[in-house]
Amino acid sequence: MKPIDPSFAQETLSKLKGKKLYIHLETTNGAYASHHDQAFLSAGTFVRNVPLTYINGGIKGDGPYRIGLETEYGYLYAEGLTDWTIDEENRVLFAGHNHEGKLAIAFQLSETPFPK
Amino acid sequence: MERHVLVVFPHPDDEAFGVAGTILSHTKAGTPVTYVCLTLGEMGRNMGRPLIANRETLPKIRKQELEEACRLLGVKDLRKFGLRDKMVEFTDQKLLIDRISSVIEETNPSLIITFYPGYAVHPDHDATGAAVIQAVQRMEKGKRPVIHAIAFSEGCEEVIGAPDVVVNIEEFAEEKLKVIEAHESQTAGSIEAMKEQYYNGDDYTKQRLTRERFWTYPLD
Repeated sequence: MKPIDPSFAQETLSKLKGKKLYIHLETTNGAYASHHDQAFLSAGTFVRNVPLTYINGGIKGDGPYRIGLETEYGYLYAEGLTDWTIDEENRVLFAGHNHEGKLAIAFQLSETPFPK
Repeated sequence: MERHVLVVFPHPDDEAFGVAGTILSHTKAGTPVTYVCLTLGEMGRNMGRPLIANRETLPKIRKQELEEACRLLGVKDLRKFGLRDKMVEFTDQKLLIDRISSVIEETNPSLIITFYPGYAVHPDHDATGAAVIQAVQRMEKGKRPVIHAIAFSEGCEEVIGAPDVVVNIEEFAEEKLKVIEAHESQTAGSIEAMKEQYYNGDDYTKQRLTRERFWTYPLD
């Protein structure tokens, strides 16, 4: 992955508008966050392979970046995005890594389902 | 000497931190070790330093790291169960217990090493230990292998007491470091500090690399 290039990212997102996409969305503090600090509420989520179509939206911010998409039936939003790549299967993978390089959020779009 | 040792953990690298020295002591003595690793750690937060992985490439990278770790450990029988990281407690428990039972039946271990359910911090760890214990409890008393369980939740010793099995792995400490290092995507950010602490005689790190602690699980 490399640091997000917002104009290239916007161009990439625009090409996916109106298409059926599969989404992987995830946030995490790590499974040990509450072990290291018992007062810390460890909250996280992931959802893999939700199909949707977006009708409007894009990438905003000065880095870390936000992506907000208005979809046919609702919305999709992510913040804290720092890096991205378009992989060899043409999937668009965004992620947010903290100062230690640990993943805090993943936001991924693909025209084909991600492997289960 | 054990007849056969079965190790069951959910994530590649669980074997490195907790039991690498103990595994080495068995494989070097010629005892066969089977390692059942339930997931490929697909949801790990560490992506290497510098970043070498992303969410989609991580499983493939961790699979290679796991295979290299097993090579270093002398583990010739690695079984990857194909579950998803974080989802062990939500998978079909009966099916999981059945699968573990068949490995026990096939390998006939005298010792099983896994996590101590309820005291192993990560929900996948707890669920793994619980499934193993249920598989063993199905067996006829007298034919059951001994279970050495790993616990490390805060305050666990107040409830389950001190570990009754402490393995001195001093002679394998450097090899254990290499096994930890083999999980590069997960440990690249911490291995140098760990080595430095070890060679500078830091007590905590020295303990981690020279002693491995287990609780014999009280089967009814």
